[in-house]
Amino acid sequence: MKLNKVKIRYRKNSNGTTSIRLNYFGGYSYENGIKKALRLIRTLPDHLITNPNTEKDKLKNIHLKEQALIIASDWEKNLLLKKNESSFKKNNFFSNLNSKIPDGPLADKWTNHKSKINLVSPANKRSIDIIVVGTGLAGASASATLAELGYNVKTFCFQDSPRRAHSIAAQGGINAAKNYQGDGDSTYRLFYDTIKGGDYRSREANVYRLAEVSTNIIDQCVAQGVPFARDYGGLLDNRSFGGVLVSRTFYAKGQTGQQLLLGAYSAMNRQIARGKIKMYNRHEMMDLVLVNGKARGIIARNLVNGEIERHSAHAVVIASGGYGNVFFLSTNAMGSNVSASWKIHKRGAHFCNPCYTQIHPTCIPVSGEHQSKLTLMSESLRNDGRIWVPKKLEDVKAIKSGELKPTDLNENDRDYYLERRYPAFGNLVPRDVASRAAKERCDAGFGVNKTGEAVYLDFAAAITRYGKEQALVKGQDENDPILVKKLGQEVVRAKYGNLFQMYEKIVDQNPYETPMMIYPAVHYTMGGVWVDYNLMTSIPGCYAIGEANFSDHGANRLGASALMQGLADGYFVLPYTIGDYLSDDIRTGPISTDTPEFESAEKEVKNRIDSLINNKGKNSVDFYHKKLGKIMWDKCGMSRNTKGLKEAMIEIKKLREDFYKNVSVPGSSSEFNEQLAKAGRVADFLELGELFAKDALERTESCGGHFREESQTPEGEALRDDKNFSFSSAWEYNGEPSKAKLHKEQLKFEAIEVKTRSYK
Amino acid sequence: MDLTLKIWRQANVDEDGKIVNYSISDVSPDMSFLEMMDMHNEQLINKGEDPVAFDHDCREGICGMCSMFINGEAHGPDRLVTTCQLHMRKFKDGDTIVIEPFRANAFPVIKDLAVDRSAFDRIQQAGGFISVNTSGNTQDANAIPIEKHDADKAFDAATCIGCGACVASCKNASAMLFVSAKVSQYSLLPQGKVEATDRVLNMVKQMDEEGFGNCTNTGACEVECPKGISLENVARMNSEYLYASLKG
Repeated sequence: MKLNKVKIRYRKNSNGTTSIRLNYFGGYSYENGIKKALRLIRTLPDHLITNPNTEKDKLKNIHLKEQALIIASDWEKNLLLKKNESSFKKNNFFSNLNSKIPDGPLADKWTNHKSKINLVSPANKRSIDIIVVGTGLAGASASATLAELGYNVKTFCFQDSPRRAHSIAAQGGINAAKNYQGDGDSTYRLFYDTIKGGDYRSREANVYRLAEVSTNIIDQCVAQGVPFARDYGGLLDNRSFGGVLVSRTFYAKGQTGQQLLLGAYSAMNRQIARGKIKMYNRHEMMDLVLVNGKARGIIARNLVNGEIERHSAHAVVIASGGYGNVFFLSTNAMGSNVSASWKIHKRGAHFCNPCYTQIHPTCIPVSGEHQSKLTLMSESLRNDGRIWVPKKLEDVKAIKSGELKPTDLNENDRDYYLERRYPAFGNLVPRDVASRAAKERCDAGFGVNKTGEAVYLDFAAAITRYGKEQALVKGQDENDPILVKKLGQEVVRAKYGNLFQMYEKIVDQNPYETPMMIYPAVHYTMGGVWVDYNLMTSIPGCYAIGEANFSDHGANRLGASALMQGLADGYFVLPYTIGDYLSDDIRTGPISTDTPEFESAEKEVKNRIDSLINNKGKNSVDFYHKKLGKIMWDKCGMSRNTKGLKEAMIEIKKLREDFYKNVSVPGSSSEFNEQLAKAGRVADFLELGELFAKDALERTESCGGHFREESQTPEGEALRDDKNFSFSSAWEYNGEPSKAKLHKEQLKFEAIEVKTRSYK
Repeated sequence: MDLTLKIWRQANVDEDGKIVNYSISDVSPDMSFLEMMDMHNEQLINKGEDPVAFDHDCREGICGMCSMFINGEAHGPDRLVTTCQLHMRKFKDGDTIVIEPFRANAFPVIKDLAVDRSAFDRIQQAGGFISVNTSGNTQDANAIPIEKHDADKAFDAATCIGCGACVASCKNASAMLFVSAKVSQYSLLPQGKVEATDRVLNMVKQMDEEGFGNCTNTGACEVECPKGISLENVARMNSEYLYASLKG
């Protein structure tokens, strides 16, 4: 008996029941449900198998069931014999993931959808609870808005205050298609730039909606008292970001994220004061609780005293950000982690495109082994800074040995490589392109610091330009170089003062006098939890918003779009779409936490914690995190290849096994124990890392932030393969990261022509 | 560099704490202060001892979570930086560094160097917001022009990161600089003027209830503030408060 004839599908229905279908698929094998197959098939009533309408169908069903029984017993035998499961061929058809994109023309989809979805009456909202995990832009704005609508919100963050979430560190700005500058911007152009910037790997309908609500965000934030930069006429100012040809970025110096987050935090505070949000600071989500297939609560750990708590709700929203810290060194905060997303993945939410990671071109280079995190220098600096390395290798050598200063090199000896390679966009090419170009120069030996991994970002030209302009405005001598420099520096200080100060504190060099040194670093993850148009994951009642989901940025995110997406999801999208789901829950009443589901989830969490604490191994948690980071950076970093990715999968698995054997977590579980909290997060990174490598391995094309060495043009530009890879990869958890099952969501572009992305 | 560290160790809020001496060697001047603390903790873990608990997150000076009192100064000897941006090049080989938590009655110690600053959140909840719904149905962002001078001043006040250095530096453990930064931000903007009266009264009331001291205009807070929040804000809040009290 061959094992390749019948496909068994388990499927969770929205009413909480489970049904099982057998389909006949000649030529395909299938490994899902391997453990439960026999037991389930034996107890299976015929009518659940398919929907038999005729006598012939019924007979066919019986036949199928008999066949399935034989196959299932074979499978079980294989299991017992512990045969290698890799003999199963990989499943290779387009899955029927339902992305629930509304019908109709692109520009009307969101409006039509909003007017058609089900609503919950104000009275009923009062009896519905929602849990939000995370208080960055997405989580804070969602919490505030849901509470304002009348739902009872419980919000969790691991920091000591919701205001500390890492959105606070976003520097440059937030995009919106306001067209205040009158430079030809529009909703369509923002949509177009975002799709193109994402290398045609994002979901068209979601991106259009994002562009559509972008203008509301600015109105909203100004009404909340967010102090955006203004010009002398008192109107809002804009700047330009990479990958676009208009100025649509609103900003508050280099602290835009801080100001937007404090705005959302203040909206939350208003609701906390009203009692509509119950805030749980210093709490970490440890697991998701499913009741009858629906997300109905979480298990949380109080980080101060270590107590494990049960919290129930009618829906759970994950807004816990991205997973860049899988690389150990990144621009993420030290506490940023994947655990909330990973826990829901293990409970049934698909994890999508994990390999799409943004490596940001302008970060402060690594200074040594002790480094704990990397610091970003805002992309806005590329408005005025010019990126270069020396043309001649002997100059590089002289600079490294300290014999030559970068300012001594004359123009002809400098290679402004972005301006050379991409004359149309110059220094403002998108992040993935700029990062790879820097790597290319450094790999060729032109890196300018002691590690050979740094390029210059030079403001001398901008200082002179602004200085001359100011001298003219003030009626002073524009040919006096000292005056021009002084005036120019003042302008640059007003624009980027805090960034220059930060650079000087870290590197101990004055960037007004000598060019900055920068190098790419992991910054943002476009991949994340798979969601449909309503932002619901593949678990009913479980939502993912902001960086935690995957949908809007494709394979590469444009600058100043993360803030836009976080706030769009939280203020303007989720509050509408969640009502559609919750309208079925108005009669449910409070969800009890005194049920076997909560009991068993809590027990699992406690067991995991106990096993970490009692392990008493020989290596610290950071020891493993650093090792994982090195594997990720070397083999899944800026450029990737088959060999490296295969090695990464094996090495990460080995490292994970070693972690569970030899990790040492000091202290106890009933106290403030940062090492224990970190151990749990690193354990999840050690699983995610493997799925990351697997996803990168499967995608043999280059696109956006994912560059496969096997797929490039003769000039070394990324080569996309639309014929074979125009899909999003949604991975279903299947016992182990390496065995995750791939569901493909085909990407269709109706309003946009798919082109080769060129910034030349 | 070789250093002696004198670190405040306290198991939890109920137990007494004490200074414990440690020595650490091979510290690189390029390390940040927290990276030095990481290294120290790694050594403690490898020796089977309890690592030092301290708060930290973004490590780029903006989240406001790190909170060490180093050699008698909040965030250490450097100016306009948080502890995470302080670098070891500010110290010399052989130095002794005393590291304590931010101390104030309103900031109880959680463990070692980590303190509970939720009093700050409660002050914000008392009025640190503009009562506008988040529905997006507000007027166009450019409908009310705001004088650049005022917008810039509001921004400067709004850059407060809520770290609590002002409280830790103040001999009265006063939170006036923190509260006044929020009051100023909103009172300088037309959107915030509408409920300015209630805001300042409610926030000051909450501040007093949390047990923060009064301001005696010493100005230590301004000196130690990592974001350079100006004392001018305290003056503005006082005038707002006076006006609000008279208005009733």
